[in-house]
Amino acid sequence: MPNVSPNRLTHLQRLESESIFILREVAAEFRNPVMLYSIGKDSAVMLHLAMKAFHPSKPPFPLLHVDTTWKFREMIAFRDEMAKTLGFDLLVHTNQEGLAQGINPFDHGSSLYTNVMKTDALKEALTRHGFDAAFGGARRDEEKSRAKERVFSFRTANHGWDPKNQRPELWNLYNARVKPGESIRVFPLSNWTELDIWQYILAERIPIVPLYFAAKRPIVWRDGQMIMVDDARMPLLPGETPELRMIRFRTLGCYPLTAAIDSTAATLEDIVQEMLVARTSERSGRLIDHDDAASMEKKKREGYF
Amino acid sequence: MNVAPLTELFATESKSLLRFLTCGSVDDGKSTLIGRLLYDTKLLFDDQIATLAKDSRKHGTAGDELDFALLVDGLAAEREQGITIDVAYRFFNTERRKFIVADTPGHEQYTRNMATGASNSDLAVILVDARQGLLTQTRRHSFIVSLLGIRHVVLAVNKIDLVEFSQSRFDNIVADYTKLIAPLGFESFQAVPLSARYGDNIMSRSANTPWYQGPALVEYLENVDVAEKAIARPFRLPVQWVNRPNLDFRGFSGTIVSGSVRPGDSVVVAGSGRTTHVKSIVTRDGDLAEAVAGQAITVTLEDEVDVSRGDILADAVHRPERADQFAAQIIWMHDEPLLPGRPYLIKMGTRTVGATFTEIKHKVDVNTFQQLAAKTLTLNEVGVVNVASRDAVSFDAFGDVPETGAFIVIDRLSNQTVGAGMVQFALRRATNVHWQALDVSKEARATLKHQRPAVLWFTGLSGSGKSTVASLVEKKLYAAGRHTYMLDGDNVRHGLNKDLGFTDVDRVENIRRVAEVARLFVDAGLVVLVSFISPFKADRQMARELLSAGEFIEVFVDTPLEVAEKRDPKGLYKKARQGLLANFTGIDSPYEAPEKPEILLSGGEKSAEELAEQVFNYLSERNYLHSDEDAGDWTI
Repeated sequence: MPNVSPNRLTHLQRLESESIFILREVAAEFRNPVMLYSIGKDSAVMLHLAMKAFHPSKPPFPLLHVDTTWKFREMIAFRDEMAKTLGFDLLVHTNQEGLAQGINPFDHGSSLYTNVMKTDALKEALTRHGFDAAFGGARRDEEKSRAKERVFSFRTANHGWDPKNQRPELWNLYNARVKPGESIRVFPLSNWTELDIWQYILAERIPIVPLYFAAKRPIVWRDGQMIMVDDARMPLLPGETPELRMIRFRTLGCYPLTAAIDSTAATLEDIVQEMLVARTSERSGRLIDHDDAASMEKKKREGYF
Repeated sequence: MNVAPLTELFATESKSLLRFLTCGSVDDGKSTLIGRLLYDTKLLFDDQIATLAKDSRKHGTAGDELDFALLVDGLAAEREQGITIDVAYRFFNTERRKFIVADTPGHEQYTRNMATGASNSDLAVILVDARQGLLTQTRRHSFIVSLLGIRHVVLAVNKIDLVEFSQSRFDNIVADYTKLIAPLGFESFQAVPLSARYGDNIMSRSANTPWYQGPALVEYLENVDVAEKAIARPFRLPVQWVNRPNLDFRGFSGTIVSGSVRPGDSVVVAGSGRTTHVKSIVTRDGDLAEAVAGQAITVTLEDEVDVSRGDILADAVHRPERADQFAAQIIWMHDEPLLPGRPYLIKMGTRTVGATFTEIKHKVDVNTFQQLAAKTLTLNEVGVVNVASRDAVSFDAFGDVPETGAFIVIDRLSNQTVGAGMVQFALRRATNVHWQALDVSKEARATLKHQRPAVLWFTGLSGSGKSTVASLVEKKLYAAGRHTYMLDGDNVRHGLNKDLGFTDVDRVENIRRVAEVARLFVDAGLVVLVSFISPFKADRQMARELLSAGEFIEVFVDTPLEVAEKRDPKGLYKKARQGLLANFTGIDSPYEAPEKPEILLSGGEKSAEELAEQVFNYLSERNYLHSDEDAGDWTI
């Protein structure tokens, strides 16, 4: 966004600058940072901001994708394409033990599955590579325990979060000091809202996974939610036949746990317009958030992003 | 796609942003107000309202109605206890502006979380309960937000419905508050009577308060001008990161915190005083002709000057101050008090440096704003202190450029953020205090004595045998022809430190002086034996950092408390047990054992002679007893 009015920066310009500042602080202060790349729209924005922050250098850290093996196929194709185009060092990690045991969202339930294939996998990857800082694309407007989290969020050597005892965080003077084994989760998009993300994607023409745009896709109805049948591993219930329907996704995760919405929004402009009149929150399409009242807080204490 | 929505779309994109916090005492209705703002600006989604209705029935305090407080209290513990522990950030927007609200806790014990929310806000909404009027927390919060640099304040007189929408009640509270904030110097102040629960004077003026002619809360927040004068101030770019993709490009990345810059401008590297010119302003979207406060950029310079992270690129005419001693206001945020003389780290801009507080000039009573004498600052206390940093730092007074005048204080051992500071002024210019460059150096003196100077720092409980072992070691060194000196409690406390007692503050100062004396003796080329209980890790760390690598040898005389107490050579344990001696290490004052001492002596098991031998062998094996020259002699 090169055009700056002489008197003040706009909302999006302020957010962009703040995020770039955070990205640079981490690169300068930590020994071995990594960026969690989840392939979604927030990751796309975070990656774009990283390209800006260090230009003309490449961002001085690798990307890490925790692959549960249940992501939408289009996400994986997009991930590989982006890493190639932008020349990133991409690490992909899967919990091999969980994979060997065949842990999956259908037979084991979303809670156990998320724990093993996402949280445990993440902790395993962070420990294995000895990362002392990890960027995540979470935003404070997503969920109420996230609304409470610091930009630099301290994690114990066991990757745990103690929400009742967070370090004070004054101005933009982020405290990056950790002892061996401890780490900081860093959230450069803390102050962005979902609408900000879309407006920025539109203004900057940032590439995103095509699943965000409406198209006819095969879905089945489960508990009142539309689940896309992305591959043959999805067991169909008796009498269930996938129907082709004009849908898109507001948020992307593992396909069996991510509900679609009815939409005809096929361009970024359409999506932003749809956002301006939306009546439900984006995480209503995330089945894992509904497990119980404080489910996100619980998962975060255990090391989830 | 028709034209209208697109216009709206770009209009939203170019809206301005207002960041504000809500604060006030417990139960003044802060969280309810924020919930109301989200609800009335239609920022709550249907599924969130459904969840809220469910939660309201379970934990709510608003009868059958929606309990908005449950929307913002995001932690399980908060919802259970019905209080706010930590700051929560919420987002809403109107036609004119986007807002980020920090909902901050009212309880005094969570003041540091309130300060966290305040430090990034442009404006404070201070709530009072119309029935209660001003409370201690009203004063405290008003004081702290002013301290942290907030210049605009709104007094929200909430629950006006519970005092029959009384004008006189409102007027009285406003009169009290106007008096209260007079010394705090806010630029703007607006009072609004409102009911967060029922929505009076939130979005538009309420029919229930016909006597109130001012703006409704949101109306005011949409229009208040908090534009910082940052661009008009002198140019400052704290360097975050040196951008060096290849040999042909060397740029300096950072966010401009004040002023503006164009290619060709003359700039100074604040640390070295070198001046040069800006060659280009680089971004991924192309080079810029100008960049202003708030923009994250990378600049290249005309000359090859030395610039690294922590430096500030600044206006060559209006330069930042540079000093290693300065006065600052401090808000203390940790259970362990601020102790003068104890070493901390401060992070100022992009620079982190070791520092001590040399003096507490006074603390401030937040109820009366009176200045009181103080030896320490405890949790949530505010004071004015003198700071001495290990190296000179560049800064501006917080009142002039907040971004280059603010710092945080970090505990060296726990890495906790323990305080926030705001620089007032430099105490003396760093340029005046360069050490006299002496021709006869430490190395020269040591060479003359044919030895490697070092400090043997004996630490352990009273009665652990420190002094006994130390004096045996000194005898051995003397016998080997080494020049030594012994510092122990007795010879120092009777003279140099006779003004000090045994409180934590005095213990820290005691150790600091001993460490400084030890350093001078090392400079003189001696092997110094220090025998002090020195119970606190932080203080031993300070001593270590005064010396060069390899010069500080920590000797932990690890004698169990039972053994030391049984020996009790001076009868002190007995007195302490009888309550005749306060703050006695091991009894009612902690001893923090070293984790990785250079030498560990098992005090309870071996004789003093054996332990002294162990120390002597350590020195011998690591060549402390042979100067380089001696080593040279061997090879010839």
